Amino acid sequence: MSVLVNKDSKIIVQGFTGSEGTFHAQQMIEYGSNVVGGVTPGKGGQSHLDKPVFNTVRDAVEQTGANVSIIFVPPAFAADAIMEAADAGIEVVITITEGIPVKDMMHAKEYIKSRNVTLVGPNCPGVITPGEAKVGIMPGFVFKSGRIGIVSKSGTLTYEAADQIVKAGLGISTAIGIGGDPIIGTSTKQAVELLMNDPETDAIVMIGEIGGNYEAEAARWIKAQGNPKPVVGFIAGQTAPPGRRMGHAGAIIGGKDDTAEAKMKIMNACGVHVVESPADIGEKMVAALKA
Amino acid sequence: MNIHEYQAKEILKQYGVKIQNGIVVDNPEKAISAAKELNAETGTEWFVVKAQIHAGGRGKGKVQETGSNGVVLAKKLEDVTEKVKGILGGTLVTHQTGPEGKKVNKVLLAQDVYYPGASEPKEYYLGILLDRESGHNVIMASTEGGMDIEDVAENTPEKIIKEWIDPTVGLQGFQARKVAFALGLEGPAFKEMVKFIYSLYNAYIGSDASMFEINPVLKTSDDQILAVDAKVDLDDNALYRHKDLAELRDLSEEDPLEVEAGKAGLNYVKLDGNVGCMVNGAGLAMATMDIIKISGGDPANFLDVGGGANAETVEAGFRIILKDPNVKAILINIFGGIVRCDRVANGVVEAYKKIGNIEVPIIVRLQGTNAEEGAKIIEESGLKVSSAIVLKDAAARVKEALV
Repeated sequence: MSVLVNKDSKIIVQGFTGSEGTFHAQQMIEYGSNVVGGVTPGKGGQSHLDKPVFNTVRDAVEQTGANVSIIFVPPAFAADAIMEAADAGIEVVITITEGIPVKDMMHAKEYIKSRNVTLVGPNCPGVITPGEAKVGIMPGFVFKSGRIGIVSKSGTLTYEAADQIVKAGLGISTAIGIGGDPIIGTSTKQAVELLMNDPETDAIVMIGEIGGNYEAEAARWIKAQGNPKPVVGFIAGQTAPPGRRMGHAGAIIGGKDDTAEAKMKIMNACGVHVVESPADIGEKMVAALKA
Repeated sequence: MNIHEYQAKEILKQYGVKIQNGIVVDNPEKAISAAKELNAETGTEWFVVKAQIHAGGRGKGKVQETGSNGVVLAKKLEDVTEKVKGILGGTLVTHQTGPEGKKVNKVLLAQDVYYPGASEPKEYYLGILLDRESGHNVIMASTEGGMDIEDVAENTPEKIIKEWIDPTVGLQGFQARKVAFALGLEGPAFKEMVKFIYSLYNAYIGSDASMFEINPVLKTSDDQILAVDAKVDLDDNALYRHKDLAELRDLSEEDPLEVEAGKAGLNYVKLDGNVGCMVNGAGLAMATMDIIKISGGDPANFLDVGGGANAETVEAGFRIILKDPNVKAILINIFGGIVRCDRVANGVVEAYKKIGNIEVPIIVRLQGTNAEEGAKIIEESGLKVSSAIVLKDAAARVKEALV
């Protein structure tokens, strides 16, 4: 079954003909993802990477039956692209774009609330269901198919976790990169909930970082559910100083509850298997599955 | 992006928020004329001299060279120059600057607004910021003005009023009234406060800010509502549509290495430790800092070289890390996805040779696409560089390097 994306996903690429869009669309097609076309306003009717280009997302949906969109549109226009996808009836919108103004995201998030759409990101590596669909910028070969779900705020750290899981003899059901911005479409808890409800997922890796309260919220939810599946957790930024932004727009310690230490403490108390070192994610998962 | 108090007050003024007026001075010789100008403008007889640095706690902070506080009062015109001299050019240490303090390049000469009158002056707190939990902006207000709001939230959370704003319709009149009533205001002061909150919200939205903190907001003895201080954080991602605000950036407030790294397209934050690191991706970079700590070292920096780790970015990264004299070892941690490890390895070797002799041990951990080939290139380079593929091994190498 998997979550969010699978072999039946019909994917369009917004910002298809730009350099980022072209490169990653190519990679996705090579991976075997079902990319049915793309959108670049003004280039409708053309063909790109042997796929049709549309002027609007609505055209793309009507003519290809697309239900998943991935966005590579530049930051100044990305919130608009999200709203366009939602308006056209796309079910899952995955936004890779980094650097969208907070105010724009606030409006986009409010706009999509009343529409039947799941937004993942922005500022995320995307979502991959190994062997079925890669809708993102992650290196596909790292993710071998299996029964462990991954939820992460960070890109390369997701690859690191997947690699350790695979090297430990396990595999990935779906990996969801939720993104590192202050306002994102799918929270840690929402992504964890999807995987908890997925019959093809046995356990979950949850990777967070300093800033915000998403990990604490997810941990409390997991506990309230009675810890149905083992969850291994890691929080990046144990050594980050307060008040400084660590690369991601959302990675900033604003108060004492935002620290890695505070989050890990809450996760521990909620029955999450917390690792202090990111090198121990794979081993910990093996141990958690045996326990 | 942070800006100075005097710059923040300029923005407030443009949006019709009443402020404590002042004139910024960068030279003590200009102090007297500025004071006279301010007197002519506002009628003030007393002058508040305020250090302009990007840190709070200025009033209690001490200028190292002179022992003066960061905010002082001159009760007559003749004292102004001396008071300015006590602050300007000095190094101000506050609880937010760290022990090294910050150099004061400008002071704000401001009018005295605590003059006696019909009623007692009273301080309040007002802030607008992004509430990440709800994804909405929230107005925070308190009767405990002038205090550290974190302390108020900790000790007397009931004294903090919060009002969330629906982004589609913006701040509504009843919300501004609700806050002003909750602050216990009435009569003309109440009306002034409602206006103040409205204008402040417009300033916040109009400048694409992520925080506006006015602490204190003062109700004067004649029922005016004024911003006496202003702390503003602007959304970096939105500066492209505010060229005027982007120009307010004060590079002298930033670490010179961070400024240099920014020019090279690197995301660098200077820290106090002894192990430098260079990583692709912000999350992995933070995780690498954590590994350094667990291995017995302390991270000397955060450095994200981004998606395209090549010879140029690696060289730029090396040069910046090596400028930090505390660095005793460097850990390069690259997870090669789209970028191949053998190319990164060649980039490391090339950069190393170009720089010449690097005194500190370097550990290169390459994982992902062509990791084995990458490790081989490092091993066979003949340079003082050790390689690792598994993260645990990299941690062990860091430990060895620090012995």
